[in-house]
This record gives sequence, C-alpha cells and structure tokens, in this order.
Amino acid sequence: MSGNEAMAEAAIRAGCDAYFGYPITPQSEIPAYMARRMGQENRVFVQCESELAAINMVFGAAATGKRVMTTSSSPGISLMQEGISYLAGAQLPSVIVNVMRGGPGLGNIAPSQSDYFQGTRGGGHGDYRTITLAPSTVQEWVDMMPLAFDLADQYCNPVMILADGILGQMMEPIEFKTVPGRKLPQKDWALTGCKGREQNIVRSLWLADGVLEDLNLKIQDKLREIEENEIICEQSQTEDADIVLVAYGVSARIVRTAVDLAREQGIKAGWIRPVSLWPFPMDVINAAAQDLKMFLVVEMSHGQMIDDVKIAVAGKCPVAFFGRAGGGVPTVEQVLDKIRELSILSDN
Amino acid sequence: MDTNNNYHDEVTIAGFGGQGIILVGKLLAQTAMQAGIEVTYMPSYGAEIRGGTANSMIIMSSKPIPSPVITYPTSLVVMNKASADKFAPRVEENGLIVYNSSLIDKLPSHNSSIDVLAVNADDIAGEINNPRGANMVMLGAYLIKRNVMTVDQATEALPKVLAKRYHKTLPANIEALRRGAEVASKTG
Repeated sequence: MSGNEAMAEAAIRAGCDAYFGYPITPQSEIPAYMARRMGQENRVFVQCESELAAINMVFGAAATGKRVMTTSSSPGISLMQEGISYLAGAQLPSVIVNVMRGGPGLGNIAPSQSDYFQGTRGGGHGDYRTITLAPSTVQEWVDMMPLAFDLADQYCNPVMILADGILGQMMEPIEFKTVPGRKLPQKDWALTGCKGREQNIVRSLWLADGVLEDLNLKIQDKLREIEENEIICEQSQTEDADIVLVAYGVSARIVRTAVDLAREQGIKAGWIRPVSLWPFPMDVINAAAQDLKMFLVVEMSHGQMIDDVKIAVAGKCPVAFFGRAGGGVPTVEQVLDKIRELSILSDN
Repeated sequence: MDTNNNYHDEVTIAGFGGQGIILVGKLLAQTAMQAGIEVTYMPSYGAEIRGGTANSMIIMSSKPIPSPVITYPTSLVVMNKASADKFAPRVEENGLIVYNSSLIDKLPSHNSSIDVLAVNADDIAGEINNPRGANMVMLGAYLIKRNVMTVDQATEALPKVLAKRYHKTLPANIEALRRGAEVASKTG
C-alpha cells in the first residue's frame, strides 16, 4: 500500500462521506483507491471532469454537512483556489490534500515543497487561511486524517494537507488506529431540507452594507482561536544546540538523519519540525532562538517557510537556508555539508 | 536471521521500465516487513511504463528509518547497462553489486572493496520459460548474498505484492527466485 492509498483508506475510516477528484501524478492512486473503496462503503465517489468541478462539488456536498474531501497535486490545487476561497468565505468544513510536485507551471512529477506559500497564505483571494498540516511519514499522514476532518468540522474551515510525491509514492509499515474523535458542534447550518425549521443559506456573497466586514471579523476571531489552540510541532536535541534545523514533511526526515550524523561529529545540532504549517509554531521557534547561534531552514523549494521562521526569530539570530526545487531532493550529505560549513563559520 | 542492532542496508534496484523493478522492490520491502525489519520503499515514478528507467529504493534497518531517500546505496541490484553506469559508481565501500550479466557486459569503475556478483538473469529466466522472471532471479541472488532474509520468506511475501490476476505465475516466479539463489550459492 503506497502512502497515497494508506491516506485514502484513513480518510474513509475517518468518515469521509464523499470524495471528488481528478487524476494527476503523483497522487492518482488516491482517486483510483477511492473509486474502488467508496462504492463498497456505500459512499459517494465522483471522478470529475476537472479540478474546478471537483472543488465546487466539494462546496456543494460540504454545504449538506457531510464530510468531504478532494485531493490533487500542485497544478490542480492552483486550479482549485477560487473554490477554496469560496469554501473559506462560506465557512464550509472540507479537507483538501495536495501531494506536491515540481513547479512552477505544469512543472514535472517529481516531489516538491514549493506550494508552501499557496498552502499557508490562503491561496485564493480574500482574508482567510486554511488550517494546513504537513505529515512526514505515512503513519503520521494516516493518523492525521481523523484530525483533519475534526478540525474542519470544529472550525467550519477548509483544512489543507501538504504532502509531497515521496510520501505519496513511498511505502512503509503502518497501523490503522482507532482514536476517539473530538466533541464537535452540531452542523445546524447545513442544508438538509428545511421542512419544519427556518431555511438555512450557505453563501459567500454579502453585498449589504457592513455585513462582509462583520463576517471578516468573525473569520479573524476564529483564526486567532485556531492559532491559540491548534499548533502542532515536534523538536529534538534543541536544548544545548548551537544550530537548529527547521524542516517539514519529507525534508524533516532528511534533516533528522543529517542532525544525527552532525552530532556524531561533535556538532551541537538539533531540529524543529512544524507539523501545522498554519498555524505556524512561532513561539517554539522564537524561544529556541534565544540561546542559539543560528537556524538552518531546509526545504524542497528555494525558500518559502524560511519567511515564517524569520518572522518567528524576529532578528534574534541569523537564519540560513538550503533548498532544492524542481524535482531536486536535498540529500543527507548536502545538508550535513551545510551544517559543517555553518558551524565552522560561526566558530570563527 | 541477522537483525541485530547494526543491521542496515540501503538497496537500489534499477533497470528499465518493464523489467519488473518496481514489483521486485515491493517484494523485498514486503519480505522485510514480514520479517519484522524496519523498512521504507520508494519507487521512482515516471510517465514512462516501458522503456524508461525505473528504480526502487529500499532501506532496511534494525532502527527506525528517518530519510527514505538513498544517495549512496550499500547494495545495488542492477538489470541494465544505463542503470549500471549511473548507480555502480555510487555504491558505498564494502558494498554489494549484483548485476544482470545477460545485458551488462562490464560494470563501470566502482570501489574495489565492493563484492560483485554477475547473474545472467535473462538467460536463466529464459531457460525456465519465464522470460519476465529475470527480476526474481536477481532478487534470489541478492537474498543469498546478504543472508538476512531467506528465499522462503520472499516466497511467502510474493502473493501480497503480486496482483491477483497474476497469481497463476506464482510457481514460475518462485522457481526464478530459487534459480537466482542457486547461482549466488555456487559462487559463495
């Protein structure tokens, strides 16, 4: 079972009622798996005619209060941005998975992390954010699915999962665990047929004077609440470290090996791995910046998350960068070389 | 089975699309998993199905595996010349190369400490009337050389990775695994 298929199964187990998708490498195993399994479960699977159709079907199905998911890869996610903005505006819970590939443009099918900006800044127009999570192992991706649906339902907001081609294609042993879900609010806003009750309306167009400003303030309050409660982050060996590496997703696995090797060579290195990319673990990074010579950010891009790290560090220490994009995957050796180079520089 | 605290093998299996590189990589990963070994499997995935290059990266270890990406393999199982040219120079000191001598006449320069085994996999597969089984012959040879997992364990794992519609080929593929193992046993 590839990472893609494992995630798809986890989504089904997390109660995904409807899936809408359009194939694109490196995530085509997801719609293929869903095509087979959703029918067996008596749920909805639609292979759409385009990504635009998929995201708008997500809108329609989410408005009925069902658990809804779509998946795609970078160029397809770009096509969905209008719909994601509408989901955010209408405050509809939904889960969107981006198995990132090389860009810009149609790019290639190699793994990449170049959609960080798109995934953490909203992506579409208007003042909103998606809750954005980045798994680094197949097991974590599987465990994340119930959380993603819960977060979407709790905050009535789209949740984006940023994975990449490596995670989608790779295999490693996993276990499907049953975890108790969160206590979630009733979906009393859902369009379920209004016989015997007031009519519900789901929309993102608000023309009356002041109404949209109020909605924006409401959305902002919600986003602050998410920032306060939903940050997920992992760290190791940061207490005594001179240099701390920051990486997410598959890059964080490469960084972990490099940090272990650096420690063997007597370099005091540690790592921080943001799991929630939005909300970003600002405080964790700011706290670590206190007693540190420098940060090194490693990404499969030419520097996107580094902006958030710099905001978090607030000038307390230098922030260096190593990244490759367009299908290039940083190797353990390259990261280790960079750590060595920086540690020599900072010693002089 | 030797899975003490120091077991660690980073295996690249490479060839051209259609040689069953992805399948045999999955088989090795499945075998390791059933043997209780930590394992990650990463295919190269391409638009190309036949004729392009294909490789599988399998890391097996007694410890959890952070990075699933291999830069310098400790073992290389290589089935065509283009892949040998690409990967043989990257194999680590004291590593292992098992190469398909039916299609590769000569390996490019590589570290002299590397244990090298030639297996005429396509010829053997032809002899047993399973011309598509060269990948299994190669894996059988690798298993004997590393002596961590057995051909029997791979045989048990095979139905899990082979699509059901191909299960009629199980006996032929098991035979191919055994023939590869024999070649490796003879050369020691």
